[in-house]
Amino acid sequence: MRDAFIRTLTDLAPQHPELLLLTGDLGFKVLDQYIARFPRQFLNVGVAEQNMSGLAAGLALEGHTVFTYSIGNFPTLRCLEQIRNDICYHGANVKIVCIGGGMSYGAVGFSHHATEDLAILRSLPGMLVFSPCDLWEAAEAARYLVSHRGPAYLRLDKSAAPVNVEPGEAFRPGSIRTVREGSDVTLAATGGILGEALLAADALAEQGIFCRVLSVHTVKPLDTDTLAAAASETGGIISIEEHAVDGGLGGAISEALMEAGVFPGFFVRMGLRNTFSSAVGSQQYLRKVYSLDAAAIARTVSARLARGADRFLTVAAR
Amino acid sequence: MRKTKDLAQLQAIARGVRRHIVEMTGAAKSGHPGGSLSAVETLVTLYFDVMNHDPANPRWADRDRFILSKGHAAPVLYAVMAECGYADTPVDQLNTLRKLGSVYQGHPDRRFIPSLEASTGSLGQGLSVAIGMGLAARLDGKAWRTYVVLGDGEIQEGQIWEAAMFGAFHKVDNVVAIVDYNRIQLDGFVKDIMELEPLADKWRAFGWQVVEPDGHDIASLQKAFAEAAATKGKPTVLIAHTIKGKGVSFMENNPKFHGVAPTPAEVEQALKELA
Repeated sequence: MRDAFIRTLTDLAPQHPELLLLTGDLGFKVLDQYIARFPRQFLNVGVAEQNMSGLAAGLALEGHTVFTYSIGNFPTLRCLEQIRNDICYHGANVKIVCIGGGMSYGAVGFSHHATEDLAILRSLPGMLVFSPCDLWEAAEAARYLVSHRGPAYLRLDKSAAPVNVEPGEAFRPGSIRTVREGSDVTLAATGGILGEALLAADALAEQGIFCRVLSVHTVKPLDTDTLAAAASETGGIISIEEHAVDGGLGGAISEALMEAGVFPGFFVRMGLRNTFSSAVGSQQYLRKVYSLDAAAIARTVSARLARGADRFLTVAAR
Repeated sequence: MRKTKDLAQLQAIARGVRRHIVEMTGAAKSGHPGGSLSAVETLVTLYFDVMNHDPANPRWADRDRFILSKGHAAPVLYAVMAECGYADTPVDQLNTLRKLGSVYQGHPDRRFIPSLEASTGSLGQGLSVAIGMGLAARLDGKAWRTYVVLGDGEIQEGQIWEAAMFGAFHKVDNVVAIVDYNRIQLDGFVKDIMELEPLADKWRAFGWQVVEPDGHDIASLQKAFAEAAATKGKPTVLIAHTIKGKGVSFMENNPKFHGVAPTPAEVEQALKELA
């Protein structure tokens, strides 16, 4: 996703001389081509994210479109107050880009895992929150943000779901993409972990359970209509995120549906439950440890449907 | 507006600004008179002599930018902008400070006063924003300059030193920081809470041009701003030596008046002293 983002920025920079990319010393060579071509549109600000965010606000208030770019929590939690006061309060045209959303940085450790960012960033007034699931969504979200004016957060995952785009499909910010139709259960995922949802859906289909799979690439604003339809048309909703269940995608969906007065048959939030992702291993391994891989998703679906069936049987027996 | 280099005129304006500060905070029954009074000559010198700006055209593209990073000194900024004649800072409403419906929030707020460059209040953040603006001016080939006033307690924030390193390394010489060095912070004297000395050496070590004017001597400030304008290749910091509560005998150098408003009797006495 990182490369898709950089490619998009590199493509668009010539037409957008106001575009500036700031990094807190985490270019990791992947920015080299961009830097070589657009030295005046790049700045490595050093390991100083609070200053980076304030600089970005100052530059944006003077007409620049500024991307701040770093990994994990560094461009967000470290400088949250600068984002709140300098960027959001001023409606400054700053796009915050996190590479390594969720547990992307695997064995690097919990300090490099971004697992509360969606909850925190979406609570900020005026902030858009994008968390693409595949490379197409990542590139399209980046393209949208170059032209959009105002604060936004783009969370990029190391993993990516397989691209599943209809010919001619347009990226619609603020909308949920239905990547697979089904009526038994809805799997609503954000980020690369959508790939696990698709694998689970494949396995469940073999058992005759058909999942609707939703890619929630925009966590804020949230597409309540698509979620409400899923609540009414399918047996229940399972939210899936590489993130704390509190306040993240699951929190956002439950808030939206409660307020809309639409209640799914059941609702399960899959994510980290009051825990740090401190086990040591790859992103894939960590998904298994924290019950967020395809097998865990399939188990959750089966368990909920079985519970529903039990209840039905009990009622019938009376 | 009446821009001037004349010391007597500038001093008269400063006296009027001090009266506003006392009246505003007295009327509000809250606010930060001490750190507002210490910064009066700095802001008066900037707004009435040094800075290029046009109150009739607050968004003039080539204006110099000003950020009050120590946002709690809002009363001095409001009073100075009001005296300049900005339409969104009316003189006759200064005494509505902190009251329901007032544009005069406890800290400068651009949503109420669009002529402000930035809303401030949380300490330590303004220098980065100012340097961002300075970078923008340089990238865009503009001659305007950015001024930012910092508190001394404020520069205990780590972000200030991130910004200081950045500003010097990138030679952002169109930015001038002014430290209102009144040596008192909220809970007491800076030297007892977290000493900043040797302060000039610290800024020099970070690569800044350092000038140390008497922050209540307008001629000294004028000279310092001229030196800043002549300094190329690095940013300049004015460590303005000031007295908290300056101009009001019982407020001077008294930590109590960091964040406590004068009583009606104190307002009366202060206005007599500032007559």
